[in-house]
Amino acid sequence: MYDSSVQHTELSERGAADGVVARGLGKRYGHLWALRDLDLTVARGSVLGLLGHNGAGKTTAIRILTTLSSPTTGRASVAGLDVVEQAAAVRGRIGVAAQQATVDGLLTGRHNLAMVGRLHGLSRAAARVRADELLAQLDLGEAAGQLVKTYSGGMRRRLDLAASLVGRPSVLFLDEPSTGLDPRSRGELWDILRGLVREGTTIILTTQYLEEADRLADDIVVLDHGRVAAQGTPAELKALIGSDRIDIRLASANDAERAAELLNLLGGGTTSFDPETRLMSMSPTEPVRLIDVVRALDACGIDAVDLHRRETTLDDVFLMLTAPKNKSKDVFA
Amino acid sequence: MNSTFAPTSVHAVAPRGRAATMWSDAIVYAGRNLAHIRQIPEKLLDVTAQPLMFVLLFAYVFGGAISVPGGSYREYLIGGILVQSLSFGMMGPGVAIASDLTEGVIDRFRSLPASRAAYLLGHYLAEIAGLCVAIVVLLGAGLAVGWRAHTGVGEFAVALLLLITFATTMIWIGTFVGLLVRSPEAVQGVAFVVVFPITFLSNAFVPVSTMPSVLQSFAAWNPISVIVAATRHLFGNPVAPITTRSWPLEHPVVAGFGYCALLLAIVVPATLRRYRVRTTD
Repeated sequence: MYDSSVQHTELSERGAADGVVARGLGKRYGHLWALRDLDLTVARGSVLGLLGHNGAGKTTAIRILTTLSSPTTGRASVAGLDVVEQAAAVRGRIGVAAQQATVDGLLTGRHNLAMVGRLHGLSRAAARVRADELLAQLDLGEAAGQLVKTYSGGMRRRLDLAASLVGRPSVLFLDEPSTGLDPRSRGELWDILRGLVREGTTIILTTQYLEEADRLADDIVVLDHGRVAAQGTPAELKALIGSDRIDIRLASANDAERAAELLNLLGGGTTSFDPETRLMSMSPTEPVRLIDVVRALDACGIDAVDLHRRETTLDDVFLMLTAPKNKSKDVFA
Repeated sequence: MNSTFAPTSVHAVAPRGRAATMWSDAIVYAGRNLAHIRQIPEKLLDVTAQPLMFVLLFAYVFGGAISVPGGSYREYLIGGILVQSLSFGMMGPGVAIASDLTEGVIDRFRSLPASRAAYLLGHYLAEIAGLCVAIVVLLGAGLAVGWRAHTGVGEFAVALLLLITFATTMIWIGTFVGLLVRSPEAVQGVAFVVVFPITFLSNAFVPVSTMPSVLQSFAAWNPISVIVAATRHLFGNPVAPITTRSWPLEHPVVAGFGYCALLLAIVVPATLRRYRVRTTD
């Protein structure tokens, strides 16, 4: 199992009383554990990023915390309310934007939001005012009277987000909010979320993109196969995996050992090598210039077919965290 | 950032009583379904245009070949078509609920502080409104082809009450089917394979005495026959005599309400249980 699992970022339990607390949360479907032993402490007004591939347990965690699914093990509280015993009260304090937009295509945008407002207990007039407010803020004012089935994917997602904000939630759950959004809409979404956080909203969002977690989250939990693979601030995680990588495809696998030594001298960090593809990957701990790598390789007579720098991906995180030689125990100390 | 996004310390939700919450939430859900009908008026065709077609078909095409002892076929026909149309009223809630479940919109509702039962009640209210429209349309069509009610206001009111009770029963059956199937299309399959034959193996269109004896005994106990016979009786329309003995057909009004009560007593708890199962994981 993962050496780095279940390391808690220090947060006082008191500060998290209004946010989200989970202890030993698990969910089993038949023989399969979709989620195991999840511990979370999210302070009020902070953002937690749940990072992981499809099937890592992110959506299961969100469903339990939003009362849509009941946990097999453990307990959780949202805004100080137990998600199982006080489920109805929890629903009054949260907003949820699911992965699949849960808006009604046969209603107009305005009707969708007004309906949600009414179900939050707002009067007809108040629900309408609130709907128009949100439509204007999420740039859907012009499409307010159109049927949602005519909306683009991005508009649907914005409407879904608006629906989750109707009840002025103190805790907001977003399941892969930027999936299907173009880069510009993604930037706008992030701005909206930052604004909410400034005003005291607690946000838990899931994402497959390290960059998104990095930009928004105060804390990140990396999930893999239902278990916590790592937990920490973006800076802590970055220190663990390095912010960028340099990939070198060697002409001959025989040069691998010498190349690894050389790269280690240049930038430190860890290197991995796949003999089959002859791909060497390094994550420098200090900034390395590509030109220096080329010069050093050339000086030692090592031939490289391809060489480039790229951003660290979630795959790299997992490879790092799951690689048996990589003892990352002390990273969060 | 505008401050309207901000969570307010004052709870957005005004405290409401449980029953009041359920009722007002149900109205909201019903409003949603009625808005769907505005968007796709075809949804109403099942309970309006289709029965009208049956009225014309049986009144002018088949009707001439069917003789009913003791009265005109057109007077006989209307009770049958009313009950048959209401039987197909199970499709509306079935398809609507199965669609909500497959499209995930139910998750939105479940994450809101709204009454759970209100969702089913809202569907019921919208559907019963639609079926009441169907009853009015069919009675109008009946008047146009020569049907008349020959009894007093009291009997007429009881007939309407029985039809609405039967419509309620079929809506709950449809709700149950909608919660049972995996796709909206399957609801139509159930309607065609189950409801269609049951409505035809009855006295809805032809006198039972014309059928082979095995079918006669089935038809004589068929709830559809009983409710059709009760409707005809209450409207003062011809009720073709039967040769088989059947307590329900001999006491159609009491048996009609009894059948509805029995079916509701079975299907409503089953639906509520199924709803809990489908919306929990």
